[in-house]
Amino acid sequence: MQPLWLRITHWLNALAVLIMVMSGWRIYNASPIFDFAFPDNITLGGWLGGALQWHFAGMWLFALNGFAYLLLNLITGRFGQRMFPVSARGIVRDAWLALTARLSHADMSHYNQVQRAAYLFAVVDLILLVLSGLVIWKSVQFPLLRELLGGYDMARRIHFYCMTAIVCFVAVHLLMVVLVPRSLLVMLLGRSTLRSVNKESTS
Amino acid sequence: MNTSIWHRDNAEAVVAEARNLLNRQLPQASRRKFLARGLTLGGLGLLAGCSIEDNATAQAALTRISQFNDRVQGWLFDSSRLAPTYPESMITRPFPFNAFYDESKVPEVDEARFLLEVTGLVADKHRWTLHELRALPQYTQVTRHICVEGWSAIGKWGGPRFGDFLRAVGADLGARYVGFQCADDYYTSIDMATALHPQTLLALDWDGQPLPPKYGFPMKLRMPTKLGYKNPKHIKAIFVSNTFNRGYWEDQGYNWFGGS
Repeated sequence: MQPLWLRITHWLNALAVLIMVMSGWRIYNASPIFDFAFPDNITLGGWLGGALQWHFAGMWLFALNGFAYLLLNLITGRFGQRMFPVSARGIVRDAWLALTARLSHADMSHYNQVQRAAYLFAVVDLILLVLSGLVIWKSVQFPLLRELLGGYDMARRIHFYCMTAIVCFVAVHLLMVVLVPRSLLVMLLGRSTLRSVNKESTS
Repeated sequence: MNTSIWHRDNAEAVVAEARNLLNRQLPQASRRKFLARGLTLGGLGLLAGCSIEDNATAQAALTRISQFNDRVQGWLFDSSRLAPTYPESMITRPFPFNAFYDESKVPEVDEARFLLEVTGLVADKHRWTLHELRALPQYTQVTRHICVEGWSAIGKWGGPRFGDFLRAVGADLGARYVGFQCADDYYTSIDMATALHPQTLLALDWDGQPLPPKYGFPMKLRMPTKLGYKNPKHIKAIFVSNTFNRGYWEDQGYNWFGGS
């Protein structure tokens, strides 16, 4: 139900996001935009220089893996099949069904409307993280992108807000896995049962 | 060829290396503590799997990737692309003081006796007075100084273009690096492409006045295309070479290219 390439890119992305967020918190702490800092013991890198090394190493995993994910989704047509159509009316309907415990999870290969919206949101948010990150990293070399995002300082804020959004997404995502544990099997094994159905039917 | 500067540089490099090795003990100790604590977190179990605790292996990989990033930035760098400039009304006042030491430790350089040393792959190795530097065509620009920590501030710097200075001393413009030794024992080095960028100034002035001590008297290399730590203050010696020279912060882990 989930092809191997999708499972691989999903878990590499999970690792990359973990590295980027934890090292990013340490970088943020060097010069906080807001009136708070992240506890050092939940950050990665040990100090600003170490965190920057992790961040600018992790960015390659994050960007290349993300590019492979998008490319394979387009080539295989999976994006069109799984994520669309999606509508505001459908999202409200499925959210209501979920809240009243009437939303069916019988077919794990079918994304409900809330899932579609959430995953699309995550994809757009991660793309925006890359773009705002490029402006912060190379504000002189990407002038068009810098102006589109409102300048260097605005790009820092956008980068922070998008980080917050993806952390919130991950929190909800993990909660959903707890509520529907079979979804973890799908993402690990590609199917929703521990036993391989195909092999049994042929024996 | 006058080799004395290189001998002295070597001695200073050895001292700097020793100092950095001592300095590194602290971050590494805190890093280990972080790992010990961090391993209790579920998420880090993933990272522990590839033995992040084996600091030497992880550190070597990160250092190699940082060197790869130097090359990527060299490739991304466009000599004709200018950093944005701003109206004087946007100058940050007061402009922040920033160094690896406290403001009370800012070095005092005697203007009357100051001579700038220029060595390495240059035709003319005579020592420059500030008066001679002011005789070169002067340029003023208001640009954004971006710190590696993330904050930024807009300032106004003036002085000769560094490219004009390098041509005046007959520097080998095909050489790879330009290195700097400073009166506060800071040292750093940059790529030749950035050295020749039209906005790279050998800044003698700040906000229309001679550079005050806290902003780097007698001169600061001002590059709006690089992060703050790549912009050395209190420069007393400049050397052009093909040998890679690192820098004070770069030796501790900051990226060498440090481009913006």
